[in-house]
Amino acid sequence: MTIETETEDTDNVNIFEVSDVNVYYGDFRAIRDVSIDIEANEITAFIGPSGCGKTTMLRSFNRMNDLIPTARVTGELKYRGVSLYDKRVDPVEVRRRIGMVFQKPNPFPKSVYDNVAYGPRIAGNVSKGAEMDDLVESSLRKAALWDEVKDRLKSSALGMSGGQQQRLCIARAIATNPDVVLMDEPCSALDPIATGRIEELMAQLKDEYSIVIVTHNMQQAARVSDKTAFFSVEVSEESDLRTGILVEFGSTDLMFSNPTDERTENYVTGRFG
Amino acid sequence: MALSTLNSGAEYAKEKVAADLQGKSFDFAGAVFRLSLLTGLAFGILILGAVMWDVLGDGTGFLFDRGWDFITGNAKSRSDEYGIFEGLRGTFWIGVFVVVFSFPIGIGAAIYLEEYAPDNRVTRFIELNIRNLAGVPSVVYGVLGLAIFVRALDGFYPNSLDKHLGSTTAAAGATLAILVLPIVIITSAEAIRAVPQALREGGFGVGATKWEVIRHHVLPYAAPGIFTGTLLSLARALGEAAPLILVGGVLGSLGPKSSLFELEQLGERFTAMPLMITQLAKKPAFVGDWNSATAAAILVLLVVVIFANLVAILLRNHFEKKRSN
Amino acid sequence: MSQTFGNLEIGDLTGSPARNRRERIVSTTFRITAYVSLLVSILIVLSLVFEAWTFIDGIEIGWLWGDQWAPPFNEYDLKTPLVGSLIVTGIAMLVAIPIGLASAIYLSEYANPTVRKWLKPLLEILAGIPSVVLGFFALRWVTPNIVQNLNADAPGFTLAAAGIGVGILTVPLIASVSEDALAAVPSSLREASAGLGAKRVTTTIRITIPAAISGLVAAFIIGVSRAIGETMVVFLAAGGGGNQAQFTASAFESGTVVTAAMAATTAPSDRLSEGVALQSLYFLGLLLFVITLLLNLIADRFVRKVRMVY
Repeated sequence: MTIETETEDTDNVNIFEVSDVNVYYGDFRAIRDVSIDIEANEITAFIGPSGCGKTTMLRSFNRMNDLIPTARVTGELKYRGVSLYDKRVDPVEVRRRIGMVFQKPNPFPKSVYDNVAYGPRIAGNVSKGAEMDDLVESSLRKAALWDEVKDRLKSSALGMSGGQQQRLCIARAIATNPDVVLMDEPCSALDPIATGRIEELMAQLKDEYSIVIVTHNMQQAARVSDKTAFFSVEVSEESDLRTGILVEFGSTDLMFSNPTDERTENYVTGRFG
Repeated sequence: MALSTLNSGAEYAKEKVAADLQGKSFDFAGAVFRLSLLTGLAFGILILGAVMWDVLGDGTGFLFDRGWDFITGNAKSRSDEYGIFEGLRGTFWIGVFVVVFSFPIGIGAAIYLEEYAPDNRVTRFIELNIRNLAGVPSVVYGVLGLAIFVRALDGFYPNSLDKHLGSTTAAAGATLAILVLPIVIITSAEAIRAVPQALREGGFGVGATKWEVIRHHVLPYAAPGIFTGTLLSLARALGEAAPLILVGGVLGSLGPKSSLFELEQLGERFTAMPLMITQLAKKPAFVGDWNSATAAAILVLLVVVIFANLVAILLRNHFEKKRSN
Repeated sequence: MSQTFGNLEIGDLTGSPARNRRERIVSTTFRITAYVSLLVSILIVLSLVFEAWTFIDGIEIGWLWGDQWAPPFNEYDLKTPLVGSLIVTGIAMLVAIPIGLASAIYLSEYANPTVRKWLKPLLEILAGIPSVVLGFFALRWVTPNIVQNLNADAPGFTLAAAGIGVGILTVPLIASVSEDALAAVPSSLREASAGLGAKRVTTTIRITIPAAISGLVAAFIIGVSRAIGETMVVFLAAGGGGNQAQFTASAFESGTVVTAAMAATTAPSDRLSEGVALQSLYFLGLLLFVITLLLNLIADRFVRKVRMVY
């Protein structure tokens, strides 16, 4: 079905190749027939109204949907050429390569240091004290948090502000040296200043990591992303069931200046959603 | 119907406002209701007070007179020589059985039900079964202990003249461990259910396995709740008498005194604090000072049981307050 | 430092076999612990049914009707323990429902946080008092101070004293289950009522209690189940400690109940040896198990109803 498995040039590697993916929760179909290719070292934004399945799509990239017992994925979802939903694939291994930042900052109730060190520690790659110290420092620096917390690494992460907590969660995600970072509305619980800092951070991180971000905020998508996917809700006429569909996917500039689909245009100009 | 209720409510409100504004309303019905509630509550607390007073009054004097002898002495036939050591020893070993068997099995089952079990009929049946087990009268667990442990062990000595070789400390401990198992499961499951899903997701998100998420995040967060529940169930086990009677506990002296930690006693006849109290309470009140001896024994048991309860309650309140901040 | 990822092979994502094995061992272990509870239930039912059958098989049916429960003499008048249980449970509920319900309503609707903070632990401590202690209390305090005041001819052991003792024991249970039911009523209902100008007593009686009724019924049923299953209070205070009890329908006489009769057959002072008399214990146990199981299942239904509505 998919033909574009080979890459055209080295800069344009596809990290995800999604074709005809449906996600069900029990009998309920949350997203329908989504096909999308996501490139490496770019920021891809998923936008769309509530209930359009953008978060569901994001969470199927690192098999977080497995945590919901009734969730089921059909279709082909490839990560760097390997089918993610192959029976032999271990979700733990997937999540070590594909990190995640959540909507609400969720640091562990541990010290700042232990939050960052947790991922590498369980992965068993880094164990030595000094090596771990370096990794914690570099991760916190990448998350633009080091200067604020370097004197209080041993104090609880729960005492920090919301914005700091979210940057700590980013540091925690990149400490395992992942390939991709998934961000699920990472700024929705933050004030504008904290949001600005996270957006700056994303721009810096994309050199090293591929980022997929779900956002409610169109301006944010326009500011930070290279590509944008617009999801929408389709309401079935006979059953009144709501299903998420992918309407349009392309470069962010084009999506916001010259959308091809009327629904996208309505959404980005604020007439809908 | 709904409409008329609404109307009468509005009417009522209008009258009420008028009355209130004229300042001549005394809420008589409210006062009576409140008073009757308070009376009920006061009864509950008065009873607690009466129990304590009754026991404390009689027991403390006796305990102070007898002192350490009462704790370390054996069950003698005279109230002024009586000691409760054998009962304390049995109760101690019952506690050990509960800690060693009920706690790990109960917490393990709670982890399975909350973290692993698929949402299907089998799981729902197990949960229903556990809730029902928690409601089975304690004396029925005694029947189980008698049928399984005692008679199974009796079978090892078919030619013995003593019919009750199976009535051992081990059988008693195992019976009470089974008795409190459902309580341990239910309270631990509640504590685990209260762990925020975001915490689990954070763990999974950095590539932790299920067991790592449970061990590093779920259990530490749920620990105070689990500890509270296990402590309450331990207190429950230490106070139970009925199942022990069925398992064949001795209401009297065991004979020669062995020390607290000797393992051989697991295979020997047993008694426990609640059994000693039963036996003491059955003695005629007018002979000797048995009434005070009973009260003193109760006092010792209450100190142990209420202390465990109190620690559990305070701990839970402390963490509830801390979490809500 | 940064990992380089080209295209991956399936083997890159299958995870470490050792880690997967460890995960499987852990989850299997937990599953086994959960199944222990099923095993316990099966063993309870099997031992009760099997032995109860042996009992029924070993007696003549006529022995089950007479004027006393006395296993050593092969007299197994069933109505003696059953009516005894009925009397004791009835008295217990007369004591426990008003006190338990009043405490629950006060704690949930009236008490301010400080009062709650002190009262709830007190009720919980009452819940933690071992039943043998309340048995002693019923025998030595309730009997002379309450029962013999109500009826001067009452003997030292009465079903009434046992009933009051069992009632005290049941108060905290009824209070806490009722309070949960009242707390489950959304505060928006109370606010709506108050917004119409209703006084607190009106809101409580007309709105809150009807809304919580399923949970309150569940509390009463659980209370009844607990009272029927209580052993030690009756064993000590009702004279049910012996292996012989005359039938009585009066609360002011000594008697026995199902649980106490069970305990008496194995109580060391007059322990029965193996045989049909001892097996009567299993028969009563099965009776008790079935009754409490039905009550608990019904209560469970009511509790679920509360959860489904709110």
